[in-house]
Amino acid sequence: MSTEIILQIIHEVQKAYEANASEIEKLDQAIGDGDHVINMRRGMRAILEIEAQLGSLNPGDALNKIGMTLLSSIGGAAGPLFASMFMGMAKALGSDHMDDGKTVAKMFSAGVEMVKQRGKADIGDKTMMDVLIPVSNLFSELVLKNNLSKNEMLQKLMDEAEGGMLSTKDIAATKGRASYLGDRAKGHIDPGAKSCQLIIFTICDYLMNQE
Amino acid sequence: MKKFINHVDDVLTESLNGFGLSHSDILKIHLNPNFITRADKSKEGKVSLISGGGSGHEPLHGGFVGYGMLDAACPGQIFTSPTPDQMISAAQAVDNGGGILFIVKNYSGDLMNFEMASEMLGIENVTVLVNDDVAVEDSSFTTGRRGVAGTMIVEKIAGSAAEAGASLAECKELGDHVNKMTASMGVAFTSCTVPAAGKPTFEIAHDEMEIGVGIHGEPGRRREKTKSADEITRDLVDTILEDLKPDNNAEVLLHVNGFGGTPLMELYLLFNSAAKELGENKVKISRSLVGNYTTSLEMAGASITICKLDEKIIEHWDSPVHTAALRWGM
Repeated sequence: MSTEIILQIIHEVQKAYEANASEIEKLDQAIGDGDHVINMRRGMRAILEIEAQLGSLNPGDALNKIGMTLLSSIGGAAGPLFASMFMGMAKALGSDHMDDGKTVAKMFSAGVEMVKQRGKADIGDKTMMDVLIPVSNLFSELVLKNNLSKNEMLQKLMDEAEGGMLSTKDIAATKGRASYLGDRAKGHIDPGAKSCQLIIFTICDYLMNQE
Repeated sequence: MKKFINHVDDVLTESLNGFGLSHSDILKIHLNPNFITRADKSKEGKVSLISGGGSGHEPLHGGFVGYGMLDAACPGQIFTSPTPDQMISAAQAVDNGGGILFIVKNYSGDLMNFEMASEMLGIENVTVLVNDDVAVEDSSFTTGRRGVAGTMIVEKIAGSAAEAGASLAECKELGDHVNKMTASMGVAFTSCTVPAAGKPTFEIAHDEMEIGVGIHGEPGRRREKTKSADEITRDLVDTILEDLKPDNNAEVLLHVNGFGGTPLMELYLLFNSAAKELGENKVKISRSLVGNYTTSLEMAGASITICKLDEKIIEHWDSPVHTAALRWGM
């Protein structure tokens, strides 16, 4: 995987956000404060503004630059969390290339670990971690087993992301602004989890149609 | 949405520009990254106070930049915490060699952004976390109590101490102390509309109120039918007193804060209700503040903040202050 593919994925994610903006916004207004989509859009716009510059970097440096750009443009909780994802991935990748599943899985799990440390949330807190941790664990497991085709594996990751997102529906939040609602947050999917599911779905869908 | 806007994307910048132009004797606006500093740098060796948070709570925090309070404020996007580069640039601009005291409202986003700024800064810094909102149960199962209207009291007291030459550790200790002595709770009658969203943050019927609302229009403890001012006030004040447990005849600062859409006339009526309720509880109001200080755009509603006073807090509350939103003694 090259820097060019990272940038193409970001374009795809931006398109997916536009298509799903009102759905995520509704979730965020139900249990958050309704600004998640606005903030994510601002972050993606900031990345695409420096697209040419990013294109000249190797994948690790590009990921780090994307993280720093998100950190200074998104704000809120999503800023440091999504920035940590990219900075964690950049650190794990170093100057390597993302040319096999094992490297990508290792990189992804390092990103998720950094998000976990920054947000101090875990599975069951009704956050983005309910999607990221299970997907990261399954990804590492599947590349280790190495008995599935690329597309079979991507499909399993998409399913896992969907399951994680849905699991946030019937629990109360213990982190973030939704936690102030107590039991009133039950029955609503967490917008951060939905956001991550959408991103993972979009990345997997894009990669399925490559090569 | 009916608001004074030219273009939605320019709301924050144009508002900051106007703020800077109208108070050029007190403060200076810096853009990209956005932060507000005093017009004149404070004296060598003084601890520098920096606060910040989402915009839409004006005059918090920019309105408290100036002599006796903050050295800098970092305004984020509306209801969105500022980003670490803002805090770092602000700290580099106002550092006097006495260290940086960050004053942060306890929200996950603010906490994480200030935490990253603190780690990346490279100048000695400590943080006072404000969590005065008693509407939120403080337990290991929540993010914890939110920082709301009591924040400006922490900024006033710590700011005065810094001006008087207190060390970074002393300012931090005093800030933490004021936070412990302060409790707040609010109620909203209407929602507010974030310009970029274009529609109200939450739906609320014309005869309903949200008890324990947060300052971003996020829901609070419960939804109820509206009641008389005295009944609402009793609910708020009793919850606050349960938390603060003041001694008989304790002296307090009573702060009635409007959320932006409630007229001053009603805020004073609320003060009257709160004064009656405190009197019945044998609590003595010896300092007071009424007005729109920690707002939520155009939300109708108000919060009550009570701060238990001791000699030190009184001394620093009464000391001279010269900011856009608070000015006395000079």
